[in-house]
Amino acid sequence: MALTCIQHCQRCTSLLRSRSVGITTLQYSTDAQHWPAALWNSFIVPVLPSLLQRSPNPSQTRQRWNLGVRSYCESHAKVQPSQTKHRNTDELPGTDMVSYQNPVSHQLIDGGMLLKEWQTAFDLDDAPGHSALEEISHEEAVRMDIPAALPPVSISLKDYVNESETLGKLVQLGVQLWKLEQRPNVGSMLLRLDFQTDVTPRLVFLKQLGVEDSRLGYLISHNPFILTESLENLQARVAYLRSKKFSAESVASMVSRAPYLLNFSVKRMDNRLGFYQQQLGLSAQKTRDVVARLPRLLCGSLETVKENLKICKLEMGFRENELQHIVTVIPKVLTANKRKLTQIFDYIHNTMNIPHDLIVKFPQVLNAKYLRIKERHLFLQYLDKAQYDPAKPNYICLDKLVSLPDEAFCTEVASATLKDFELFQKTM
Amino acid sequence: MARPSVRVFHKLEGLFSIYKPPGVHWKLVRDTIETNLLKGINAAPPPAPRQRVQFLAESTSVVAEGSNELTLSAASVPALAHHPLVSGPDFQHIGVGVGHRLDVFSSGVLVLGVGQSNKALTDLYRSHVTRDYTLEGELGMATDNFSHTGRLIERTTYDHITRDKLERVLAMMQGSNQKALLTYSKVDMSTQGAYELAVKGELRPDGKSPPIMTGLRLLHFQPPHFTLEVQCLNETQRYLCRILHEVGLELRSTAVCKGVRRTRDGPFTIQHALTHQHWTSPDVIQAIRQYRSSRKASKAKHTQPGKDTGTASQRQEMAEEAAVTGDSHRLHSVLTSKAFGS
Repeated sequence: MALTCIQHCQRCTSLLRSRSVGITTLQYSTDAQHWPAALWNSFIVPVLPSLLQRSPNPSQTRQRWNLGVRSYCESHAKVQPSQTKHRNTDELPGTDMVSYQNPVSHQLIDGGMLLKEWQTAFDLDDAPGHSALEEISHEEAVRMDIPAALPPVSISLKDYVNESETLGKLVQLGVQLWKLEQRPNVGSMLLRLDFQTDVTPRLVFLKQLGVEDSRLGYLISHNPFILTESLENLQARVAYLRSKKFSAESVASMVSRAPYLLNFSVKRMDNRLGFYQQQLGLSAQKTRDVVARLPRLLCGSLETVKENLKICKLEMGFRENELQHIVTVIPKVLTANKRKLTQIFDYIHNTMNIPHDLIVKFPQVLNAKYLRIKERHLFLQYLDKAQYDPAKPNYICLDKLVSLPDEAFCTEVASATLKDFELFQKTM
Repeated sequence: MARPSVRVFHKLEGLFSIYKPPGVHWKLVRDTIETNLLKGINAAPPPAPRQRVQFLAESTSVVAEGSNELTLSAASVPALAHHPLVSGPDFQHIGVGVGHRLDVFSSGVLVLGVGQSNKALTDLYRSHVTRDYTLEGELGMATDNFSHTGRLIERTTYDHITRDKLERVLAMMQGSNQKALLTYSKVDMSTQGAYELAVKGELRPDGKSPPIMTGLRLLHFQPPHFTLEVQCLNETQRYLCRILHEVGLELRSTAVCKGVRRTRDGPFTIQHALTHQHWTSPDVIQAIRQYRSSRKASKAKHTQPGKDTGTASQRQEMAEEAAVTGDSHRLHSVLTSKAFGS
C-alpha cells in the first residue's frame, strides 16, 4: 500500500514538473477517476485538496485573495452564489466573503466530482491544504486561471489599478491617482466605488451640465467626493443655482473651476449669495457676475472675506462705491492675503504717492506682485520717469506698469533694454 | 538607459548663484527654485507605456461542445501601474542646498547647489571664503536692530562729519581687523614665511574665528547717506549692520544700515547671478556650465606642475586663491590710497 502511494506521488510530481503548472489555484477539481478506489481510504486525508475545507486555513493565495476582496471589494468580481452548489466547501458559511469565480472555471467544476459524499465520511476539521502532488489533467491545467495575488493592505493604488475597472477608467479620464492616494481614506473610497452604478451616473450628470470632457479629470482629481455625493443633492443644488438665474454655461464654468461647489448644501450657497449681495450692496446681476467669475467665493469661509472688506474700508479708506467698483473688476481682492494686500497698498499709496481715485481706476495694481511693482517703480525713478499723475506730461499708466511683461515694459514704458533692467535689479 | 528626466537632473547637478531680492526669506527662494527645477525635470516626455500580456480564454460556446481543446489567446493590455497618473512624476523632490544664507532684509548673491553638489557646497564654506558686501548707511539715527526697519531709539546731528573723518575711522577699524586676522591665523609673526604670506595677502584664519573684515572702503559719501564696501570672513548680516552702528558711534553720531547687498561670495560674483525671471531650469543649466568652465579656466591659470587637480580640497584651494588674488589688489589700493579712496 505504501509503495503504491509513493509511486502515485512520484507520478504526480513528475507530471507536475513536466507541465510546470502553477500550484496555487483558485478553482480546482481532482479527477479522482484516475485513482484506484483502494487508495481512497489511505489517501484521502493528505491528498484531498482543500476542496473540503471549511477549515480556518484554506490555501494561502485563495485566502489572501478572499481577504483582499473582502477588504477592498473589487468592482469586477462577479458574485454568483447560485452557481456554487458544487463548491460548498469554498463557501465559508456565515461570512461575507466574496469568492471570485470566472466563467471558465464553472465549466470545469461541472465536469468535476461531487464532493458531498466525501464530506460526510471524513473529519473535515483536520483536512490539510492543497497538495502539490495532486494529479490533474492537462486540460484542467491549461484552463486554470491564476489570479493575481492582490495585497490586502497597500499604501498605493498601483497594486490595484490593473485589476480594478473603476481605477482604470479614472486613469483614462485623466484623474491624478498619485495625488489622491496621498489623501487619507480617498484611495479606499475609490476602490469601493462601482463604475457602472456609482461613477457613470455622476459623469453623465456632469456632462449634461455642460462640463467639458477634458475638465472631468481635473474635477475628480481635486474633488473625488463628488462621486459619493447623492444625485438628488447634486440636482437640487444645480436647480437652486438655475433658479437664481445663473445661465447654464455659467453654472458649467463655475462647477469646472470650483470643484467643491456642488458638495455644499443649498442653504450654505444661499447664505453666501445673500451675504455678498448685502455687504457689497451690488445689484443681483452684478453679484451673479462676481460669483460667476470667482466661484470659489461660494466655497470658502466668509470670515476672510469679512476681514478683507474691513481692511479695505477702515485701513485703506475706500468708500462704499469705490469698493464696489474694485470688487466688480477684481473679485480676487475679497480672498487675497491680508498681509500682502496691505503691503502693496502701503507701497503704492505712501511710497509711490498714488491717490485713492487713481487706484480705483486701475484696481489691477492690488492684484499684482509686490516685488514687481517695487522693481519697476524704482527703475522708473532711477530714469526719472516715475510720473503717475494723468494731469502732467509723460504720464505712466498704472495698468501698463503692472500688467505688461518685462520685455514690453522695458521698451515701451521705460525706453530701456532688458539688460539694463536686469542690471538695475541687481543693484536693489 | 537613463530616462530623460534623470538626464535633465544630472545636468542640473552643480553649483550656481542667484540674486536674492530684498524682503524675501531665503527659504522661500530655495522652495521657488526647487519647484521650478522640478517643473523642468518632469517636463521631459514620459517613456512609452508598458504593456503586459494577459491570457484570455476563448468564448464558452467552444468549450460547451464538449471538446477538450481550450485555446488561450494572448492579449497585450497596458500596464496601468506604471502610468504617470498612477505612479506620479519621476521626481517629486530634489535636494537644493543653500550656501551662506542671507536674511530677509539683505539682498545679493546666494549660492545654491543641487543634488551631489551640496557636498561641494559644504567644502566651499568650510574653507574661509571671502565675501564682498555693499552697505548703505544713513547718519543721524539709531535703532534697536541697527537697521532702518527697527524701532527708533536716538536721533543725533551729523553736520560735523566730513569725508576725511569717516575714512580715518574706517582705516582704524581696518587696522584692528588686520591685527585680529594675524592673531587668528596662528602663524609665528617673527618668521620669514609669515611675512611672505602677509605680503601676498594669503593669511587666513586657522579654524574657527569671529567675523574679520579684510577690506573696508568708502564708496560714496553724501550726508546723511553713505556707502561702504566691505570684504569679510565668517560674518553675518547683522554683524555688518552693527559695524555701521559702530562707525556712527566713533564719529560721535549715530548711523543705521539701510541696505546690505552681497556682491561676491567666494568665486561667485554678481555678474553671473540669476535674477528672479531666470530661476528656471534652462537658465540654471546654463549658469552651472558657465561656473564650471570659469573654474576650469582659473584652474588652468593657477595650477602648478606636479599637483593633481582632482580632489575637492584642491578645488577649494583654487577657489580660495582666486578669491585671495582679488583681495590683495584691493588691499593694496586701500593702503596706498592714503585715505582718499579711489
